[in-house]
Amino acid sequence: MSIFLLFTQSFNAQDIEVCQTCETRSISDAISQAKPGDKIIVKEGVYKEHKIIIDKPITLIGENLPIVDGENKGDIFQVFADSVTIDGLKLINVGSSYTSDFAAIRLSRAKNFLIQNLELRKIFFGIYLEKSHHGTIRNNNILGDAVNEHNSGNGIHLWYSKNVKIEDNLIQKVRDGIYLEFADDCVISNNKSIDNLRYGLHFMFSNDDVYQHNIFENNGAGVAVMFSKRIEMIRNEFKYNWGTAAYGLLLKEINDATIESNIFEENTTGINVEGSNRITYTKNDFKDNGTAIKVLGACYDNIFTLNNFLYNSFDVSFNSRLNTNRFHQNYWSEYTGYDLDEDGYGDVPYRPVKLFSYVVNQIPEAIILMRSLFVDIIDFSEKVSPVFTPDNLLDEEPLIRKYND
Amino acid sequence: MLKILKYSFFDLIRSRWSYVYLLFYLLLGFVLLFLNEDLSKAVITLMNVIIILVPLIGTIFGVMYYYDSKEFTELLLAQPVKRSSIFIGQYLGVSLSLVMSLVIGLGLPFVFYGLFQSSAIFDFTLLLVTGALLTLAFTAIAFNIALYNENKIKGFSYAILMWLFMAVIYDGLFLMFLVIFDTYPLDKFSLIATMLNPIDLSRILILLKLDIAALLGYTGAIFKEFFGTNTGLFSALGALMIWVVLPVFNIYRKSKKKDF
Repeated sequence: MSIFLLFTQSFNAQDIEVCQTCETRSISDAISQAKPGDKIIVKEGVYKEHKIIIDKPITLIGENLPIVDGENKGDIFQVFADSVTIDGLKLINVGSSYTSDFAAIRLSRAKNFLIQNLELRKIFFGIYLEKSHHGTIRNNNILGDAVNEHNSGNGIHLWYSKNVKIEDNLIQKVRDGIYLEFADDCVISNNKSIDNLRYGLHFMFSNDDVYQHNIFENNGAGVAVMFSKRIEMIRNEFKYNWGTAAYGLLLKEINDATIESNIFEENTTGINVEGSNRITYTKNDFKDNGTAIKVLGACYDNIFTLNNFLYNSFDVSFNSRLNTNRFHQNYWSEYTGYDLDEDGYGDVPYRPVKLFSYVVNQIPEAIILMRSLFVDIIDFSEKVSPVFTPDNLLDEEPLIRKYND
Repeated sequence: MLKILKYSFFDLIRSRWSYVYLLFYLLLGFVLLFLNEDLSKAVITLMNVIIILVPLIGTIFGVMYYYDSKEFTELLLAQPVKRSSIFIGQYLGVSLSLVMSLVIGLGLPFVFYGLFQSSAIFDFTLLLVTGALLTLAFTAIAFNIALYNENKIKGFSYAILMWLFMAVIYDGLFLMFLVIFDTYPLDKFSLIATMLNPIDLSRILILLKLDIAALLGYTGAIFKEFFGTNTGLFSALGALMIWVVLPVFNIYRKSKKKDF
């Protein structure tokens, strides 16, 4: 019976065309005419519409990127139905508000959606998902004009949404590039999140998500992962996050995560870790960062192996004397030991925490004395007999050569 | 003055030590570039060497030259030549010959390894300017010390002590001060304290190139203004110039009054 229904539905499905000279001139009219399963083709042109409600499973396709202008009046599309596809439109002028989160596309309690090939300009929020599951957001180009955090929105915003795929998007100049709150089992891959005010990607209370092959450049902080469990972070690039509170990756209250094969380059702080346990860091490259890894309190049983620490001002900064984290077989560009038995591992352990980084943690102004001969001398003496830094924080088998995948 | 400058200059150029100094830099430059063909990395390594070594050499050469040529100076003083031009001439002779060794010694290897085609040319110029200013400053300070001390041994030890103070002890005291007065806002103090030591000033110039990411981690607005813009570069260079001008002026002042 259901197969029959599906058959008749697809058999009856028809195309509705929307253009300036067609029978149907507005997208809302087309949607109200459409039956479930219909395809609406929007031709090139400018459509001044807002609050377009999609309440049935239809496909909306734009030809030659038609422009839908919200005229700063609020949400442009509101989707309340399952199996909706929106493809190939340019949405502009969402308009900002201090009381409601206006978005270019809002999906509410929708399933199996596909949002792709959109261009979003002058938005407040871009794509906003509430309790919407099992969908894909792909190949969209989002460019905001955010200046202040308090009156700007996020590029892609997920709230209580599970199993969503976010792929190949380019997101620039919004508050958070991608924001996930209570969003579990999502896969975020091949996105570029650049020049965003706050975070390139932001997790809050979201578990079991994967993000991979993304590029985060020049954001307030590349990625912030907070209060989440079992997040996998693989082959991402975190670059040029410069500033006083700028991090490549910010981890706060994260447990059981995997951080693998990422590149951290020229960040003020590569990874800032706070209250995070049982995380494995493997095969990451830390290059030219101010501090590669900054560990603040309450981080236990983290394992760092096969990472490359290359020319960072500080490799690891640690503010407590208790340490249950393990550094094992990493490559440290500042390692000066030798390898007499030629097994590829240095014979002398390496201590990644310098006394000076401990001093700078206590007295930030002391940074001005960096690379002074005096500082080198005290660092050396601390290295020989550690007093201030945790004495079990060392890499027993530092790699002699850089680790290559 | 020019005649004395010329005399001192050629006298030093003919001396063995100038060649040793020149050869040292040539060797250092070539070895560094041979091991690591990345010009900008080599520039950074050299900067580290230069801020310690150049002041030391400048100090020792300055003091040594003054005491060695003392008899000749006394002979000159009997002639109708202005005092200031004798001493300033000698000073310029020493410091310029050292600067020349530095510039040629480092310049040749870098030009050889394609400096003009690389983007490191600005950094390299900065390196040479810093090195030259440090030489000028420390030779002048050494001359001052020598002028104030008739006793050769005493003068020598003061000069070496002065170098040790500037290179190591100053930063130790500085750090101790920061630790003790931890609870006060210290960013203005630390910038000013840096300005009072030419070696620290040169170090800041390196930091601005190398560790800018780390420097921006500190939240103070003054640091941010200083390090985040070109202000840092120009004020550090400016202060370094003052470090040259003041001791030279004191040579001029002291030499006019000194009894021989």
